[in-house]
Amino acid sequence: MIELRHVLLSVIVACFAQSAAANHADADAKRGERVFKKCRSCHKVGEGATNRVGPQLNLLFQRVAGSIEGFKYSESMLRAGADGLVWDHDTLDTYLENPKSLISKTRMNFRGLKDAGDRANVMAYLRQFSDNPANIPEASPTTVGTDHEVDPAILALQGDPEYGEYLSSECVSCHQIDGADSGIPSITNWPAEDFVIAMHAYKDKKRVHPVMQMMAGRLSAEEIAGLAAYFEKVGQ
Amino acid sequence: MKLNRRNFIGSAAAVSATLSAPMVMGGSHGRPRVVVIGGGAGGATAARYLAKDGKGMIDVTLVEPTRTYYTCFFSNLYIGGFREFSSIGHTYGKLAADYGINVIHDWAIGVDRDAKTVTLAGGGTLPYDRLVLSPGIDFKEGAVPGWDVTAQQKMPHAYKAGSQTQLLKSQLEAMPQGGTFCMVAPPNPFRCPPGPYERVSMVAHHLKANNPTAKILIVDPKPKFSKQALFQEGWSNHYDGMIEWIGPDFGGDKVEVRPDMMEVVIDGEVTKVDVCNVIPAMKAGKIAEIAGVTNEAGWAPVHAATMASKVDQNIHVLGDASHQGDMPKSGFAANSQAKVAAMAIRGALTGSKVFPAKFTNTCWSLIETNDGIKVGASYEATDEKIAKTDGFISKTGEDAALRKVTFEESVGWYDGITSDMFG
Repeated sequence: MIELRHVLLSVIVACFAQSAAANHADADAKRGERVFKKCRSCHKVGEGATNRVGPQLNLLFQRVAGSIEGFKYSESMLRAGADGLVWDHDTLDTYLENPKSLISKTRMNFRGLKDAGDRANVMAYLRQFSDNPANIPEASPTTVGTDHEVDPAILALQGDPEYGEYLSSECVSCHQIDGADSGIPSITNWPAEDFVIAMHAYKDKKRVHPVMQMMAGRLSAEEIAGLAAYFEKVGQ
Repeated sequence: MKLNRRNFIGSAAAVSATLSAPMVMGGSHGRPRVVVIGGGAGGATAARYLAKDGKGMIDVTLVEPTRTYYTCFFSNLYIGGFREFSSIGHTYGKLAADYGINVIHDWAIGVDRDAKTVTLAGGGTLPYDRLVLSPGIDFKEGAVPGWDVTAQQKMPHAYKAGSQTQLLKSQLEAMPQGGTFCMVAPPNPFRCPPGPYERVSMVAHHLKANNPTAKILIVDPKPKFSKQALFQEGWSNHYDGMIEWIGPDFGGDKVEVRPDMMEVVIDGEVTKVDVCNVIPAMKAGKIAEIAGVTNEAGWAPVHAATMASKVDQNIHVLGDASHQGDMPKSGFAANSQAKVAAMAIRGALTGSKVFPAKFTNTCWSLIETNDGIKVGASYEATDEKIAKTDGFISKTGEDAALRKVTFEESVGWYDGITSDMFG
């Protein structure tokens, strides 16, 4: 039944939104292998794959972020894993589009795959190296092709640092303004764009931390921009 | 904070004010004056934000009896052996030197709302344009039959941090093998809703290692308590069979204590105990009552948007002492309310911009080593009260890594909020 509905939906999607959506619905592992060339200098996958600059990618789906023993991850990645980030179709799609949206200080020095089809294809390729690829749920057809990037209009907002300073009084009950970061990460002097991207990822519940989802959830785009403007320059 | 010329002048003024002792009121004055009573999470934060954001335009005086302030939050971790006592002590040196706040170590014993003055036990009088009351809690007399403050050496409350906390810890350490630790828990509303249950967890942590056959008895007038499912899951995971919780269904609401005999009478049945931690019903700290801003229940009703008393617009009441709506009585909440009040006061006295009030709270608790949990919410000001808008709570069955991160987060928060309070 589910299979049938799935097929029907795909057909409907294919009929009504031919070009892009259709592409994503039949993600192609072969094409994904070609996309994976961009990843290969750092990541290995397949039989005997070992950690290199990046961790090996066998059994990636359902893996807790930052959980390969012996691989030296960034603090941010370890924290995200402890907070409960698990790699699945949706979280990988978000991460691959813009790594910083999920992990601000990730060591993965990669700008991201902007094309949703490329991401779908590379994931189709990677899921072959899971224990039981057929059992991995694909993203539902409605979410395939979702644009995870923060709207350029939001990124272009000029924040009011004075308003940001007022709003910041809520942040500094936990995040120390002098940049100390034991237990709770520092947000002092973050680049404004990273700040905005991270806060919108919490607001959209792509990042998992419940306190931050709540804090970001009630901030408007203008307020986030104000905070970003304030924290970028504070103390300088 | 960096010293610049303005700060330097501020601190020089503070020093001379301290030397000449509490000033006598005068008819005309220059800068508007704010007197803050109570140097805890509400008062210290309010004083610091008024001085910092007022940029020298407001004369801020902080009245706090103790020279070293011990935070109630994390005092349970000291009882459990996770913190040194000195690590929860803080002084007011930076608030005086870096922010130019006139810090007076004395008791406020009177408020004349018509003359707008505060009287100090030491004899001084402080005039104010705005008064901030953040006195924390006091105990309701007769709340636990058989107990009053004269019994606090035998049966400590340890619910105002300091020597009481040290006393309770030393009594715990001196317990005979297989003895009984009893806690008489308070009725709602009270300071730090998860506090008694975190304390039981910390006591159990100590006993498990040092006195494993000992028992803990919680006598509770409430049918349920904060983070109950999380605590009870943790207790059964870590301290199986050690902790017995007696709610009102089993007489937890009918308790009497006999400090001289070290006996607790629960619904007519006498039990011998070795340590008894009595946490009585609470009300606002006494100065709020003296100022005449409390209601029949003993708390001070306030307007949500400004934390101003509903009785007197020139008095703001923060934290545990206030009756504000949905926020719990916690250090985090007092810190959050203090910033809203400081902004409103600055706006009224100096014409600075006033933004809409936002409030937040998070309460972390530790159940056992690296097993931290949390609950929190965000709030907004409505005409009626501080109203909850959103919230979260840790879940039962979370994995060890998440609980460890949650505990580490609480340690980070402690450093954050104490810097926010004391500079």
